[in-house]
Amino acid sequence: MRRTIRFTVNGDPVEVEVQPHWPLLRVLRDELELTGAKMGCGEGECGACTVLVDGKPINSCIYPVLEAEGKQVLTIEGLVSSENELHPIQQAFLDKAGVQCGFCTPGMIMSAKALLDMNPNPTEDEVRHALAGNFCRCTGYVQIVESVRHAAELLLKNAKQTGAGE
Amino acid sequence: MGEVRRHKRHSEGALHIGASTPRADAYAKVTGAEKFAADYYSSDMVWAGVKRGAAPHGVIKGIFTDEACKAPGVIAVLTHRDIRGSNRQGVVRKDQPVLADKKVRHCGDAVALVLAEDRETLLRALDLIRLDLEALPGVFDVEEALKDGAPLVHEDNAGGNTLLEAHIQTGDGLTAFERCDEVIEGRFETPWQEHAYLETEVGWAQQQNDGKVVIVASTQTPFRDRAEVAEAIGLDLEQVRVIAPYTGGAFGGKDGITVQTLLALAALHSNGRPVKMWWEREESFIAGTKRHPTRLYYRLGAKGDGVLHALAARLYFDTGPYDHLGGVVMTLALEHAGGAYRIPHALLDAWCVYTNNPIGGAFRAFGVTQVTAAMEQMMDMLAARLDMDPLELRLKNALTRGEKTCVGVTLTGSTGLVECLERVERHPLRTERYAWKAAAGPFKRRGVGIAALMHAAGYGTVVPDYANAKIELTPEGKIRIYCGVVDMGQGNASANAQIAGSILNQNMDSMELVLPDTDRTLPSGSASASRCTYTFGNALIGAAEILKNRILQKAADLLMAPSTDDLTLAPGKVVNRATGAQIPLSRLGRLMAESERTAISHFRAPVAKDRLDVTDELRLHGLGHAVISYGAHLAAVEVDEITGAVEVVSYLSATDCGRALNPQIYEQQIHGGICQGLGFALFEDFRVEQGTVKSPDLATYIIPTAPDTPNMESLPVELHEPTGPFGLKGVGEIATNGPAPAVANALADACGIRMFRLPMTPERVLLALRGRETR
Ligand code: FES
Ligand code: FES
Repeated sequence: MRRTIRFTVNGDPVEVEVQPHWPLLRVLRDELELTGAKMGCGEGECGACTVLVDGKPINSCIYPVLEAEGKQVLTIEGLVSSENELHPIQQAFLDKAGVQCGFCTPGMIMSAKALLDMNPNPTEDEVRHALAGNFCRCTGYVQIVESVRHAAELLLKNAKQTGAGE
Repeated sequence: MGEVRRHKRHSEGALHIGASTPRADAYAKVTGAEKFAADYYSSDMVWAGVKRGAAPHGVIKGIFTDEACKAPGVIAVLTHRDIRGSNRQGVVRKDQPVLADKKVRHCGDAVALVLAEDRETLLRALDLIRLDLEALPGVFDVEEALKDGAPLVHEDNAGGNTLLEAHIQTGDGLTAFERCDEVIEGRFETPWQEHAYLETEVGWAQQQNDGKVVIVASTQTPFRDRAEVAEAIGLDLEQVRVIAPYTGGAFGGKDGITVQTLLALAALHSNGRPVKMWWEREESFIAGTKRHPTRLYYRLGAKGDGVLHALAARLYFDTGPYDHLGGVVMTLALEHAGGAYRIPHALLDAWCVYTNNPIGGAFRAFGVTQVTAAMEQMMDMLAARLDMDPLELRLKNALTRGEKTCVGVTLTGSTGLVECLERVERHPLRTERYAWKAAAGPFKRRGVGIAALMHAAGYGTVVPDYANAKIELTPEGKIRIYCGVVDMGQGNASANAQIAGSILNQNMDSMELVLPDTDRTLPSGSASASRCTYTFGNALIGAAEILKNRILQKAADLLMAPSTDDLTLAPGKVVNRATGAQIPLSRLGRLMAESERTAISHFRAPVAKDRLDVTDELRLHGLGHAVISYGAHLAAVEVDEITGAVEVVSYLSATDCGRALNPQIYEQQIHGGICQGLGFALFEDFRVEQGTVKSPDLATYIIPTAPDTPNMESLPVELHEPTGPFGLKGVGEIATNGPAPAVANALADACGIRMFRLPMTPERVLLALRGRETR
């Protein structure tokens, strides 16, 4: 019943043997040893497992792995640059104290990335709504929201500096 | 396993107290590199899981495991018959079986343990186990459980269904009510609260060749776990090692055994292969502990000028079928039942009661959340009766240093309730409240409510609250701290680095943390009771000072300085200020003997000195604390008269924390506590019918999300606690106590309705609004 599927994870092509009913999260964590994406519920409710598939945030705990065939998967492990620099969103969570126990953090950061890719300068309300599917039980969300807004500033500053404007 | 946490990319400067330094653990957490207990996998790993009784009360007639045993891929199926030890666990009273033997006493009781090659096989095997249970009538209500003839949860318990009861009288007790001008009564109900940490109960274990079982678990209590595991399954203490990584949230729900004993038992039957157990969300909801539901009867009497005179309270705590920490939770609630007020006469009665409901246990703020929800509403009800401002009424009765609480504990430490209330009083959310309320739109009502808080830290009078800190200068010149207390997310490991780093004048990059590990770090008690940084921090200051003197002495010897007077520590080195000579710490680390470059210090927290007129049993359960934090909260809410929805628009807190060692971690703790308190106040409705959980997942049990939470302000009131490390008091719990009463009082202010039952869901608010109309 096993099937081989191919997709890329954090830019690297992978080929894995999977059971067709497995969710992507299981393949990432159990097979590919990428434990950055967390499991908080396994039912699509908490967002701890959020990764980006072709740039869109998904709950990987309920995303069938077969759907990932040929797609680009980005996990928290893929955000650090090749020069080992933190992504500005990661840096912002560090600077603005968006991390407590840290179990929601990878999912939170991936959702924040999806938001900022679409909307580089979100209002506080937009940030809160973009993160509505990512539960955090430790914070009061205030410092998480501040982290994301700070990340937006850092990204805009970077964009200006490089002149790329992307 | 047991690796050392190093820290990257922090600023160059030396650490110091009071600085808003990014947390030491943040880098590994934002990169996804941090390895939680959930992240332990090995190639030949076995999956373990439990079959639960799924009935609230019944006699076990048979457990049929043959079919499951025979299923391909099943390695072992174990029952109570396979346990060589006591098969009992518990913190105070060992009344909970690891695997149920005679009876099941709630739906989450574990009956059989399965080891399988993979998760699919495990689930299939669990389905193949058949249980023959003879149903017994259950008991699901605290007051019913205390009646004669109620079904008994533990037939051998001398007190019937009473786990612990307590009666405290101070002053003239009830007769004092005769001298009161106003008497207010209220009956309050608070629900279970589920911890809902994102990382459910999880661990990994393996038996080594020498027979020792190594357990990596998401736990708050590695040292206590080791003893419990060993006794329950019949191992020597030395044969068990517990390692506690950072947890993915705990909040009291991992204050004690969850997966640990089951994992160790599995490891004894897996032929040396590593075993992993990870509870599903639903399993966590059903089998895990929760905040105790309570029923609270209050009567508060005052003089006409608002001076409190008498308090009577009857408190009922539903602990489910096991003590867990129920007796201790009830006792802390009792100590806080009258709040931080001068009340000369009191009669307080409390019962912690066995039922066939889910297990009550530790949850951040440990019983104080429940009684504060009641008492702080009583204060507002009294204020309304007296036509007095609620804040003024609190200021009038607020305890100050040297005075006694209504149970007779003298406040000897810094006592900042008045200062906290004054900070709130001066804040624009308070001074401009009338204008803000008047600006409510159509079908909206606005209100502002406050609550005054106190929360004691530590274990109380009898159980020693101590820590043993160990610190080392490594041969590489780094400072390594052996953390004895778990960091469950609150940032105490990072605070340790900040404390030692500030004493030794080092930066974060020089600090290394060894997280709790019964083989490597020293016993220092649980991560609980707002004690972590207070108790361990005090021990660590001692150890760091010893190490500092040793380093300076060694440097003086090597630099041939006449004394250490001119020597000073700088990041990575010791400098002679007089001569400019330097010596790197790495050199000192290589030249010092291990015994010389390692320092240990012990600290034991002070306890209340009062000779309280209570039973020894109550003292054993903790009555009488010495170190207490205080707070004042304000909630500004808007109520939708059509839907009944309550929106908390702004939230303010002022907290007497002694000293904020790291303002951003202080803020995290306060915000997190408020958020959980808001969930308790408004959303979190853990529903149980006849012992069966009706809200088994995060779709039916609603916790606050980002759009649900207001902006919060958290003012530190730094009055310096003389016994605290750099003046600190623990504030991990106190903020959780504020939102329920502050929001309830705001709701009363907005619409004139009083909510006696939590959470204040839109349905309940609507019903109350209708009741108001028909009255
Ligand atoms: S683990 Fe995927 S949404 Fe919770
Ligand atoms: S930081 Fe713990 S769940 Fe968000």
